[in-house]
Amino acid sequence: MEAPIHPMLIVAGVLGGVMLVAPGLIWLERRLLALWQDRYGPNRAGPFGVLVVLADTLKLFFKEDWTPPFADKKVFIVAPAIVVITALLGFVVIPFAPGFIVSDLNIGILFFLATSSMGAYSIILGGWASNNKYALLGAMRGAAQMISYEVFMGLSMMGVVLLTGSFSLQTIVNAQQDLWFVVPQFVGFVTFLIAGIAETHRLPFDIPESESEIIAGFHSEYSGMKFGMFFVGEYIGIILISSITVCLYFGGWLGPAFLPPVVWFILKTFVFIILFILLRASLPRPRYDQLMDFGWKILLPVTIINLMITAAIVLFNENSP
Amino acid sequence: MDNRLLTMDITETNMFSIIQSMWLTFLHMFHKRETIQYPEEKVKLTTRWRGRIVLTRDPDMGERCVGCYLCAAACPVDCISLQATEDEHGRRYPEFFRINFSRCIFCGYCEEACPTYAIQLIPDFEMGEYNRQNLVYEKKDLLIDGQGKYPGYNYYKVAGLAIGGKDKGEAEHESPPVDVKSLLP
Ligand code: SF4
Ligand code: SF4
Repeated sequence: MEAPIHPMLIVAGVLGGVMLVAPGLIWLERRLLALWQDRYGPNRAGPFGVLVVLADTLKLFFKEDWTPPFADKKVFIVAPAIVVITALLGFVVIPFAPGFIVSDLNIGILFFLATSSMGAYSIILGGWASNNKYALLGAMRGAAQMISYEVFMGLSMMGVVLLTGSFSLQTIVNAQQDLWFVVPQFVGFVTFLIAGIAETHRLPFDIPESESEIIAGFHSEYSGMKFGMFFVGEYIGIILISSITVCLYFGGWLGPAFLPPVVWFILKTFVFIILFILLRASLPRPRYDQLMDFGWKILLPVTIINLMITAAIVLFNENSP
Repeated sequence: MDNRLLTMDITETNMFSIIQSMWLTFLHMFHKRETIQYPEEKVKLTTRWRGRIVLTRDPDMGERCVGCYLCAAACPVDCISLQATEDEHGRRYPEFFRINFSRCIFCGYCEEACPTYAIQLIPDFEMGEYNRQNLVYEKKDLLIDGQGKYPGYNYYKVAGLAIGGKDKGEAEHESPPVDVKSLLP
């Protein structure tokens, strides 16, 4: 692993990998949801129904790509692209294996936070440009949810940063050689995971979409491949949050040597992706104000207390060697 | 106040119930799947299932339907249409018998109304068509060479009705008609 891989190769590998896995998740999610609901899910096209992904993509491509006449055209078209681009940008700082990272920024975590918050723009712009009251409601909910959960998402990661003294994800993973951070930072892990789910707008936090209340929320007016972009963007977001969680709390690529590091990383990431799907299979959506209450009144104080205790311990250890 | 209670509910007491419900959902992985793989695997229909409608024949392979229009009158969606006529023995039968299955709701009222057990609903629902017109079944599509659910029943053998070859009172379990005039003093 010492010989540096050509950066373009890494870029191509990461991009190709993510773009292959994201649609595959559509299939995985349907199969798993079906499994947990005592059904089969897609099982006709191809072995175990894998080709349903292809069928779905073809269908989306051939659907009429309709822009409503009352929409703000330019913004309407740009919005779906933003969600995919920002989610993909997040992968820049993720170390898949030692040296297998697009760019080891020394502000990796901050970069990740910045890009993932940019995803909110696609929701707000998409909902706004649709010029539809349900889309706007969804966009407003998305913005409010993003603001409240973003706050302690950043704060919950700071515990890890305090323990390592670095924002670089590669350094953070290397610091977990002896002990995964999920043990000393368990509270941080739980709050980060909850915030991460809220960040990807997955059930039970799919308030901006909530198809049972406001049609499809911010993407009510979208069709064809533009809708597909939102769809894929959501799955890329799941992969991103899962891999960040693995890097921060579960030792990234670290694992017994009988498997190469990348495989460990992918395995751990998939455990979290499956957890995301299990969440969707089992939990109902809370009410909007309940969600806000939960964020501000419970999770934020818990995160801050966790951060302060971690800081105190770190200070104590430094001063009494 | 109500609102507050609900809020407390989800955030505090229900934390563990959320984990519990996730665990229960996870355990469903090991349950048997309910799906019936339809085209390969058929659903089990009971014998009294109300599906495709047939016109049956009596044990002598004569048409049971006597063209009485009772089924057409009973049908709530008016999807049966027929025209009665008579053969050379004075036996009534439908000249045409048409059921529009795109309107039929499979309520079974026609079967209830039929005095001769001619019209019957059978356990079969696979009637899909690409062309709506094909859902209009004519008599040749409806009439089967069997007795359906009531084997052995022969309307003309028990009815006090004179037709060619059989006079009144000659049927099974039937006494000859009483001559009311002979009873006069
Ligand atoms: S089943 Fe009901 S709807 Fe259908 S033909 Fe008979 S009476 Fe009419
Ligand atoms: S099917 Fe039965 S009810 Fe209908 S016309 Fe014939 S005998 Fe009468």
